[in-house]
Amino acid sequence: MSDLIRKTAAELGALIAAGEVSAAEVAEAHLDRMAEVEPKVQAFLHVDRETTLEQARAVDARLRAGEKLGPLAGVPVAHKDIFATRDMPTTAASKILEGWRPPYDATVTARLREAGLVILGKTNLDEFAMGSSTENSAYHVTHNPWDLSKVPGGSSGGSSAAVAAYEAPLSTGTDTGGSIRQPASVTGIVGMKPTYGGSSRYGLIAFASSLDTPGPFARNVLDAALLHEAFSGHDPMDSTSIDRPVPSVVEAARNPDIAGMRVGVVKEFAGEGYQAGVLARYHEAVQLLESLGAKVVEVSCPSFTTALPAYYLIAPSECSSNLARFDAMRYGLRVGDDGTRSAEEVMALTRAAGFGDEVKRRIMLGTYALSSGYYDAYYGQAQKVRTVISREFEAAYQQVDVLVSPTTPTTAFGIGERADDPIAMYLADLCTIPSNLAGNAAMSVPCGLADEDNLPVGLQIMAPVLADDRCYRVGAAVEKALESRWGGPLLKEAPSL
Amino acid sequence: MTMVYDEALERFEPVLGLETHVELGTRSKMFCGCKTTFGAPPNTQVCPTCLALPGALPVANAAAIESTIRIGLALNCSIAEWCRFARKNYFYPDMPKNYQISQYDEPLCFDGYVDVEVDGKPVRIEIERVHLEEDTGKSTHVGGATGRIQGADYSIVDYNRAGIPLVEIVTKPIPGTDRLAPEVAKAYVTELREIMRSLGVSDVRMEEGSLRCDVNVSLMPRSAAEWGTRTETKNVNSLRSVERAVRSEIERQAGILSDGGKIIQETRHFHEDTGTTTSGRSKEEAQDYRYFPEPDLVPIAPDPAWVSELKAALPELPSVRRKRLQAEWGLSDLDMQAMHNADAIDLVEATVAAGAPAADARKWWMGELARRANETGTTLAELPITPAQIARVTELVASGALNDKLAREVLEGVLAGEGTPDEVVEKRGLQIVSDEGELLAIIDQVLADNADAAEKVRSGKIAAAGALVGGVMRASKGKADAARARQLILEKLGVSE
Repeated sequence: MSDLIRKTAAELGALIAAGEVSAAEVAEAHLDRMAEVEPKVQAFLHVDRETTLEQARAVDARLRAGEKLGPLAGVPVAHKDIFATRDMPTTAASKILEGWRPPYDATVTARLREAGLVILGKTNLDEFAMGSSTENSAYHVTHNPWDLSKVPGGSSGGSSAAVAAYEAPLSTGTDTGGSIRQPASVTGIVGMKPTYGGSSRYGLIAFASSLDTPGPFARNVLDAALLHEAFSGHDPMDSTSIDRPVPSVVEAARNPDIAGMRVGVVKEFAGEGYQAGVLARYHEAVQLLESLGAKVVEVSCPSFTTALPAYYLIAPSECSSNLARFDAMRYGLRVGDDGTRSAEEVMALTRAAGFGDEVKRRIMLGTYALSSGYYDAYYGQAQKVRTVISREFEAAYQQVDVLVSPTTPTTAFGIGERADDPIAMYLADLCTIPSNLAGNAAMSVPCGLADEDNLPVGLQIMAPVLADDRCYRVGAAVEKALESRWGGPLLKEAPSL
Repeated sequence: MTMVYDEALERFEPVLGLETHVELGTRSKMFCGCKTTFGAPPNTQVCPTCLALPGALPVANAAAIESTIRIGLALNCSIAEWCRFARKNYFYPDMPKNYQISQYDEPLCFDGYVDVEVDGKPVRIEIERVHLEEDTGKSTHVGGATGRIQGADYSIVDYNRAGIPLVEIVTKPIPGTDRLAPEVAKAYVTELREIMRSLGVSDVRMEEGSLRCDVNVSLMPRSAAEWGTRTETKNVNSLRSVERAVRSEIERQAGILSDGGKIIQETRHFHEDTGTTTSGRSKEEAQDYRYFPEPDLVPIAPDPAWVSELKAALPELPSVRRKRLQAEWGLSDLDMQAMHNADAIDLVEATVAAGAPAADARKWWMGELARRANETGTTLAELPITPAQIARVTELVASGALNDKLAREVLEGVLAGEGTPDEVVEKRGLQIVSDEGELLAIIDQVLADNADAAEKVRSGKIAAAGALVGGVMRASKGKADAARARQLILEKLGVSE
């Protein structure tokens, strides 16, 4: 049965629906795989075999009872440990929430539960999704299945590693500045940041509210689309959720015809600072698109280079406020409550002990940027940059249907390599941040291995707000063409664990 | 040393400012579906959103936005075409998120005014802004002398109130009130309270905290061109306290300024028992609230057509209604003002609506019933008698079935819980004696007992008849119709008037 873990989510869903295999058997196969590789990969923060099998058996019962469930019924999924789950702890990889069990489900969790997906566990991340390597987890480091000495990207590194290591066919992540696309890129899988407002943030522990976007990870474009469709759509519990009909992403993934599509190559995202092997695969991917009938043009978006500094004012500002609720009063860690200290002292001691360095760094940055006398120069100015970037996207989309770039300037870097250099770490998100600031859709799809290190390279496909389907159409076209060239998925090349 | 009020006013001119918080009477809270019932057991009206559990999000209450716009329109404000909520960041245990969702530089309503009348003099109070925010939880500090957090042994928090919609109404500085400053402040809050009642947006009970007032006072020397430093007095929980707090601050500040001292810009607390204020936290060490636009909520953009509809559907406002009723009832300004001060207008209007002449309705409510209320320390509205019952009494008087003295006894019976006016008349046997045989028998007896007086009348001194009528009234225990008795006495003695 161990070949079950090599199947796509779509195939697993079909097998389960046909009664050829049970959800429990599929869950068990993945749990066994986890038992085997987790000691090396460490993608998960929380695994509970019994709860998972119980869920799987319940789905089997629902199917036997004739309940009409979606195409992913019985398929397992791993959740980034930033989505509230009522039957598993939810920590955001922070000590301040150690052991916290939410009394409610995030909308993403609830919708996938309703659709019959089985939760394999909660995956590791950079604490509160702040980081690009998953090294900022308060619990442990996660390893890249392609090379265990490398990071799996971040912040959703547990989710990318779990899918790349065949521990899970699907996983969820959140993308605030690239936290889905960059880990997908460096682990050789597909990761999608939906349009902001296209997927609900309710029950997602907030890092930066105006940027956070839940999205799917999968080993192929169609699986990502199926997962995307299963949890997205308007949610009355999230005011920023968009209540408008959207083109089907699953249909787009099934129809990879891009003849006549206009593809814009972002001029600013190449050149100095980019790894040669990354650029080589990227340029080949662009040629591939052209050979598939797309009209490729170069597009200049000069403000995109200012996105990174703007992001590092806006995201920390919002986080400084969002993380204020972790104050030891109602839940989570409480330090120093010995009957002699004031509430204020207990709050301060708890936050000092409960937050890691990167979280503290961003809270302080954000507090400073919002302070009276500095607001206009920092937060206010960053918002203006954000508007300019959105306008540049709009202007670009007057000329082209999608924009492309490398997902990240380099392949996976070594564990510990950038841990003491925040700026080097922040550069990993250089190409992904503009889409977060503009709120539009963007995907990373594998486009080969870099010659110098044999590690995966991702192609980023960006599309206008609510045109997520274009990412899937182009992504599926690239995937199809490359797979026929490679004779199978890129992950086949991954050293077996 | 404080300075006596008259002397303070001779030397200084006060400038007022009032910030009033009104808890809206919506069924659910501002940003979640929790109930808002007053007095529910602690922490029973809470949910993930109003407890600020990780991942929970706010959704704005449309009814609260509508109420706020109606308040703005009633206060002659302009309504913003587009505005946002903002986060006000500060740590306090009764504020679950450690930020309050409020409005900052984009209030929903702005630039309005309220007209009040004090001592027959019209005063226009300009409104700076009306904005919408959420209330905090309620802390109770246990142990310690002051009931405040400093010095308490421990504190307990009830989050039922956290998230109840709160409208803040801020006046522009009010100069030129002179010695009437306390009365103007009271008249303004009274008028606001009536406007809120007429709109039906809040129960505006100061004692339950659904109407709260912060009083700003500064003084400037009579010759000065610039306003002085102001203080903000909180904990002003009744209309009378508004008046007393202003007076007390004027006296206190005048004392300091006369001694060559300086006023510190600070928050002060009003004490109901002493009628004075004490220092709270100083504004100099005040926090930087780091306001920024709330990213979890979308902007409010009220449709101008809808705002026009709301404006057209506003109820008759209290000041307009008072003018109309005064004209209808033909009352003097002074009478109307007295009724207003006694909260009698609604009662008189209801009594008139039940069929009583306005003059009679006013006479009873402002005379006998006001005296009763005063004696028992209750308000007119709290007396156990209805406007319809008063109307019935006036009807009985008009028909000659009762005279004023008997009517007062009927009211006493109703107030004592003996039933309706008719039941009291019946039980106490209070009908005017209309049986002429009985009356003539009483008259004969009185004439026999008072032969001297009878002789005087007979000889033309008609004025002496008064004593005989008095005798008849005494003998009949007040039940005789005095006019008829006089007529019959004169007939019997053979004289005419």
